[in-house]
Amino acid sequence: MTRVRVYLRLALIATVAALLGIVACSQQPPPAKPVVKDNSKRQKAPDFALKDSSGKLVHLADYKGKVVLLDFWATWCGPCKIEIPWFMQFEQEYRSRGFEVLGVSMDDDGWKAITPYVTARKLNYRVVLGDDKTADQYGGLEALPTTFVIDRDGRIAATHVGLVNKKDFSDAIEKLLEAPAGDADVNARRSD
Amino acid sequence: MLTLTLAAQTSPTLTVAPVPTVKAKKGTVATVTVRAALPPGFHANSNTPTDAYLIPLTMKWTGGPLQADGVTYPKADLEKYSFSDKPLSVVTGEFSITTKFKVPVDAPPGPSAENGTIRFQACNDRMCFAAKTVPVTISLNIE
Repeated sequence: MTRVRVYLRLALIATVAALLGIVACSQQPPPAKPVVKDNSKRQKAPDFALKDSSGKLVHLADYKGKVVLLDFWATWCGPCKIEIPWFMQFEQEYRSRGFEVLGVSMDDDGWKAITPYVTARKLNYRVVLGDDKTADQYGGLEALPTTFVIDRDGRIAATHVGLVNKKDFSDAIEKLLEAPAGDADVNARRSD
Repeated sequence: MLTLTLAAQTSPTLTVAPVPTVKAKKGTVATVTVRAALPPGFHANSNTPTDAYLIPLTMKWTGGPLQADGVTYPKADLEKYSFSDKPLSVVTGEFSITTKFKVPVDAPPGPSAENGTIRFQACNDRMCFAAKTVPVTISLNIE
């Protein structure tokens, strides 16, 4: 009889503990979304050759060794225009540490639409005119803004579709600027 | 090509309701209303956007026996969005576009069709989508 009572008590304690555990787990906030992807999960950013306002061809490969914020936007996109002043600030703040913003405009009307906007807003970073081929390479870009934060090795470390917080970008940039180029190779060798 | 997770970020569809066959008498004016709808949570710029950079809602008639003689767009709403300092002139939900057509006296009698397009550029409160063109066809019976 005594043994039965002990078993019953133990079973009761175990049940209560399990229930408390479930409640505790359900009340925990979801894990924070990482600012940047792990090295092993980063994909190579597709290279492209797009022209800037002076007609000069710009390749993404030209930026190797730098952290790049690649912003696909358009003058007809309201949410894009919220982010542009942030990107101008990032360009000013982080450029000396090996960072650059590259805007890719998806305006169908081309420079006729882009130039007045870029001039009026005094954009301090380079803008190139995008095309369908580049859009396809970057997943179709159905929605704008779509922004990629690219590490010093030319790999996509963060992707943002739609308007996000300024801090999401600055945290990612800070983290990538702290990591030296070739970080992926070092990590790969470590895991061998 | 990159494999991205862009679920729930796909471009909204403008649904255009079928227009009942229009009886058009030669030498008169026929009025045709096209009803369209955007999904909840999305807006499109009206035909008179508040910003010159924005792409307006447009209805164009591209082919058929009738002569378009004025398009009346839906009354725009002035809506404030988190991404804009000032309210935007937009259409949301269900709306109608009405066109007046002159029916030429020499229009061929019998069944025919008038073709057109609606061009719209939609956004939600976080992102925008490239302008799309939706075909519209009206069945006619010219008398």
